[in-house]
Amino acid sequence: MLKPLLARVHQKYRTVGFPDQPPVLPDRMRGRPEIDSTKCPEGCRSCADACPTEAITIGDKGVRLDLGRCLFCPECERACPEGAIRMTPEHRLAVSRREALVLGPEPFQLAQALEQKTRKLFGRSLKLRQVSAGGCNGCEADVNVLNTVVFDLGRFGIQFVASPRHADGLLVTGPVTCNMDSALRATYEAVPPPRLVIALGACAISGGPYAGHPEQRNGADGLFPVDLYIPGCPPHPITILDGLLRLLGRIDSSC
Amino acid sequence: MKAAAPNALHNGEPVQLGDIPVPTITDFRERVLQACEGGSRIAALFGQPAADGNTRLFAVMASDVKGQLALWSAMVPDHYPALTPSCAQAQGFERELAEQWGVHPDGHPWLKPVRYHHSYREGHDAWGRSAKSPIQPGVTDFFAMGGDEVHEVAVGPVHAGIIEPGHFRFQCHGEQVYHLEIALGYQHRGVERALVGGPNKRTIPFMETLAGDTTVGHTLAYCEAVEALAGVDAPARAQALRAIALELERLANHTGDLGALADDVGYLPTASYCGRIRGDFLNLTALLCGNRFGRGLIRPGGALFDLEPARQSQMVERLAQARQDVTSAVELLWNSSSVRSRFENAGPVSRETALELGLVGLAARASGIERDVRAQFPSGLYRFAQIPVSSYHSGTVFARAYVRWMEIQRSLAFISDQLQALPHGPVRAEIGPLAPQHLVVSLTEGWRGEICHVATTDATGRFAHYKVVDPSFHNWMGLTLALRNQQISDFPLCNKSFNLSYCGHDL
Repeated sequence: MLKPLLARVHQKYRTVGFPDQPPVLPDRMRGRPEIDSTKCPEGCRSCADACPTEAITIGDKGVRLDLGRCLFCPECERACPEGAIRMTPEHRLAVSRREALVLGPEPFQLAQALEQKTRKLFGRSLKLRQVSAGGCNGCEADVNVLNTVVFDLGRFGIQFVASPRHADGLLVTGPVTCNMDSALRATYEAVPPPRLVIALGACAISGGPYAGHPEQRNGADGLFPVDLYIPGCPPHPITILDGLLRLLGRIDSSC
Repeated sequence: MKAAAPNALHNGEPVQLGDIPVPTITDFRERVLQACEGGSRIAALFGQPAADGNTRLFAVMASDVKGQLALWSAMVPDHYPALTPSCAQAQGFERELAEQWGVHPDGHPWLKPVRYHHSYREGHDAWGRSAKSPIQPGVTDFFAMGGDEVHEVAVGPVHAGIIEPGHFRFQCHGEQVYHLEIALGYQHRGVERALVGGPNKRTIPFMETLAGDTTVGHTLAYCEAVEALAGVDAPARAQALRAIALELERLANHTGDLGALADDVGYLPTASYCGRIRGDFLNLTALLCGNRFGRGLIRPGGALFDLEPARQSQMVERLAQARQDVTSAVELLWNSSSVRSRFENAGPVSRETALELGLVGLAARASGIERDVRAQFPSGLYRFAQIPVSSYHSGTVFARAYVRWMEIQRSLAFISDQLQALPHGPVRAEIGPLAPQHLVVSLTEGWRGEICHVATTDATGRFAHYKVVDPSFHNWMGLTLALRNQQISDFPLCNKSFNLSYCGHDL
């Protein structure tokens, strides 16, 4: 009996201070990119040519980067000769509208809290059903860790449940393979309305690297109305938690 | 039979396609079966479309004793006599062959689809289905048991937890499982087909997400294949960093699995600690490259990130702390009689069964088989720095847990050694064009087991074919047999003790 007690003392209290304190993130983390189109040489397309998922377009207003397609890989940053595109450790990435994922000169619009009536329903108790529809187990793994003592999702009243009948919403990962299409739809139908849909990861938002393959549906966007987009490949657990808390209005939208 | 010497080659040794002997299908079968009887196993068996409309079969046979691979090839029309009746480990490969290329292995005892997609060779379907008729996943025959009190339990594709999809059918009498049959394919994203014509911009993202928890293992296998075809060696420092990343991936997953196994038997202290410590290992990978899964780290020719001295000492420090934490957490398991009693007799796979099925990785080692790519087919740093093979004899859940713990300790020691003696120099070399009309087999030991990539190039040096064999492809059948005569309530425990990949299998 003594050994478990000694182990308990050794292992200490490990829950992170987020959201009350800023998160501790790796310095090399590739979070939200920063774009400075004024540095772009005339006619340069290096970043767009290097992007594996065609997330970058170059138009009249300069470079635009669709975070819904972005794999947060180092390729564009490395390809840019002028440092016009730079990956920053900024973890706040979740948005409420698909268009808001397209980075450009305009300010980035983070996710808005649910409107008051829905928030009253879900704000203090949100039960989610997760469905992996072709996900590689990266997004799934970093959703799973929210249940560890580090993130302790339960303290926010958010819980992943086994039955869609018990759920208030669906969290989808993966590009939605044709072979999961019907199971995903059936799960969605089994969630009683009003229901939320969260698309997590590049695959669930746009198909990610699988976009265009005939074996999949380019993500959950378009199959269901999506209430929260959390981009990444996979998004860092703090990014996911930040998104969920913003949706529930538990993080001040001004910060 | 021709007297040609077996076409021997090593891990990462490119061969000209024209030099690979193409015996008749009868000779091919005989050679594969003889190799299996002689103790070799099938690392890969696949088809590639040939110009004349036939299919060219390739068999990569691995001899663990010799540390050598043998390659055989044959042309087949729409059918050939199946290997499976004489060699059980061919069963999944021959089903895949039937599904992808419409080549019927005559006499296959249970020829079912693997991933539920249309044939890649139009007009040739092993089940005679039309290209227009929709294919429903999991809709196929299943074994059924008769009897008054027999019942069937069907689970999935959507499971209770945050986990990938698959369909499981149990034939039970009361609590006792007589048979488990697993239908996969729900995660099929068409990766192999999309790799043809590469390498291109998407090749690396495909490799990094073949099985997301094995990003380093698969990307490393790919990069070593490409480097072999380009005739380039990654610099020594890059090889060291890549091996460190591979062992960090093993540490994170093994630690997480031990926590999950503890959770499945209701032993919450270890479950809770390991869940957290797994993250510490992932964060060490992120310290190196910014991503917890190692995405963005490994590229053909080396690595994109270096470990400068300050970062290196930070890694040494944090690794030492993680070693203390994981030791404290995991030793509780072996000191707890309630945990041991749940682990010790659950889900046994005998050594004979494991050999017959061609199991790989920790599942094979837990059944007493000394099988580890790092020791027997070493590539990269493992040619110079050895890790002892960890094995255990009983083949049970306990064995699979305990082998994980032994491997955790050895990976920790390995990384510590490497961090003290990192070679100097660059971390990336330039990669030129790939040799045309070549084939290369690239093996790495991912945390689940042997990852096998086979690339063939066309006349222009692009991929004519790219075969991926995730360790799960071999090992799913091990799980089904582990469940025989077990209580169905032990399924989660047995399943977690294998913790196989769905997307790595479904591709």
